[in-house]
Amino acid sequence: MTATLTPVRSKRSALTKGQLPKYAPYVVLATALIIGAAVLALIGFNAFGWGILSAILFAAGLVGWSAAVEGSRKAKDKLATCLVVGSFLVALLPLVSVIWTVLVNGVPGIITPGFLTNSMNGVTGAYDNKAVEAGAPVLGGIYHALLGTVQITLLATVISVPVGLLTAVYLVEYGNDGRLARAITFFVDVMTGIPSIVAGLFAAAFFFAVVGPGTKTGAVAAVALSVLMIPVVVRSSEEMLKIVPNELREAAYALGVRKWRTILKVVIPTAISGIASGVTLAIARVIGETAPILVTAGFATNINNNVFGGWMASLPTFIYTQILNPTSPSNPGPSSQRAWGAALVLIILVMILNLGARLIARIFAPKTGR
Amino acid sequence: MTATSLRSPQGAGRTGDKIFSGAALAAGCLILAVLFGVALFLVVQAIPALTAPADKIQGGAGFFPYIWPIVVGTLIAAVIALVIATPIAIGVALFISHFAPRQLAAGLGYVVDLLAAIPSVVYGAWGAAFLAKEISPAYNWLAGNLGWLPILQGPASATGKTILTAGIVLSVMVLPIITSLSREIFLQAPKLHEEAALALGATRWEMIKMAVLPFARPGIISAVMLGLGRALGETMAVALVLSSGALTASLIQSGNQTIAAEIALNFPEASGLKVSTLIAAGLVLFVITLCVNMIARWIITRHKEFSGAN
Repeated sequence: MTATLTPVRSKRSALTKGQLPKYAPYVVLATALIIGAAVLALIGFNAFGWGILSAILFAAGLVGWSAAVEGSRKAKDKLATCLVVGSFLVALLPLVSVIWTVLVNGVPGIITPGFLTNSMNGVTGAYDNKAVEAGAPVLGGIYHALLGTVQITLLATVISVPVGLLTAVYLVEYGNDGRLARAITFFVDVMTGIPSIVAGLFAAAFFFAVVGPGTKTGAVAAVALSVLMIPVVVRSSEEMLKIVPNELREAAYALGVRKWRTILKVVIPTAISGIASGVTLAIARVIGETAPILVTAGFATNINNNVFGGWMASLPTFIYTQILNPTSPSNPGPSSQRAWGAALVLIILVMILNLGARLIARIFAPKTGR
Repeated sequence: MTATSLRSPQGAGRTGDKIFSGAALAAGCLILAVLFGVALFLVVQAIPALTAPADKIQGGAGFFPYIWPIVVGTLIAAVIALVIATPIAIGVALFISHFAPRQLAAGLGYVVDLLAAIPSVVYGAWGAAFLAKEISPAYNWLAGNLGWLPILQGPASATGKTILTAGIVLSVMVLPIITSLSREIFLQAPKLHEEAALALGATRWEMIKMAVLPFARPGIISAVMLGLGRALGETMAVALVLSSGALTASLIQSGNQTIAAEIALNFPEASGLKVSTLIAAGLVLFVITLCVNMIARWIITRHKEFSGAN
């Protein structure tokens, strides 16, 4: 009886012999954390150093143990896994750090009374000095910049969406993959790589040549943003139009419907959720652009309701100028508080647009009935 | 009679067809015209700077002595960004495509996309206010221990506002581009090859080395080139983070400048010949990024034609 049981047990251990036990990573992790904490306790503790040191110890320990038990191939596999997971964690660091920095610095700015409803008109360095030295409230807000951003982005959207959508329609429905269609596809791809500041310079150069030197208005900025936005709209709309099933088009043609009515009434409504979410993502991309607005719209401190006349502020340029040229050079504190508040508002706007794009895609997705 | 009654509704439809296809064609051509116009107007506005006498240009030595240090500065910043971002981006892409549990993969991809959603000016502000301060002790250590290397020559900048910091911020900004493109390529790797490798007893890393990476190499190269295009043209990270100056070899001293930051810092107050000089600098940047992007796109299209995987 015992003689038959023993070989069974030894066979089982033979199956798992050259392998690390399942709990191995946890044991190594706990050991690494303890050793890391102990080492750092000797030379001065900080959380960042603890994380880095523990991660290195964990990788070294696990790979070393694996090399001893499982051999070099499995050890290399463990090393690669550690590196890949590690690189993902490293990529998360700046994301967490940026969001944390903006939240910590931005919340005091945003809860200042009047921050969202006042402009910077008439707010001078003297007020900021008083705010720092005598504890007076920080004056000034981002209303003008918020208004400018909305106007410029709206105008850019009005220009880009028809052009981008019609181009996508041409590429998918009329292009037939001909020479012109391929050229357009190629140059749209190239256009996505235009540096944003070059788009700004183009709009500036264009209006300098056509209207007159020194023309800086919200409309010039909107043209610059359109140059950046059109390729994004074309690419996303094209993808969406391509996945509309051909049967729908053929059914419409078979009923005697003209091609343009088929496109307007059948193809585009089917793809509209994807197109709308692509447009929203494109808006999210250009709403945070700073450089093109900086060279095309200047920076204003007052409220400007006219996109076609006068300098115009926007959230990104507001952040930029408040950091680089504080309202009061001797006391930059209030300026940086306003800048971080504006940064928080901008990030919230972008996140809302991104989430909105996802929601649009989900809610308005065509009902397939399957 | 019957012929006309049949033709008249058709006629209306035909006009609609013509108008609609004409509009679509015009929109497509408009895009080509815009790209052509970008080049044309930049050239037209840049000509005064290119033809002006040398002593009128900023620096007093002509356009080319003015432009080449900032071209080199631009390349230095972009190279730093790519050296840091490429390995991490490939690691992240592999993690999402081949290592992460499948239910998590989509969510993790979204997290990386969030990195791309944060506006560049916020990265610039973060780099200037947070990263530069935190990283300057590391620069002092580097200058003390590796100072014999020309690129790490001391004394390190006390504020941390150096080209290396700017390069690190740039690397964060190009990371999501390289990651998302590489991820797409890794997901396209032929499943049968992967399964065959695993069935022959390969570990996961050996499978990736044998089946995924060789397939994805052209895609990775073009992803890196697109990241390079972004890094070359990125403005705010450098304009806010770097305390600029003359071209220096050391990466941890203040100094150096990039084209995009030079334009952003000077254009708002510029007038006359200075405007032309900056537009000419923009033209140089445009040509550089255009070449980089066209090579990248060419690699992608060539790869698409020859890949039998999909």
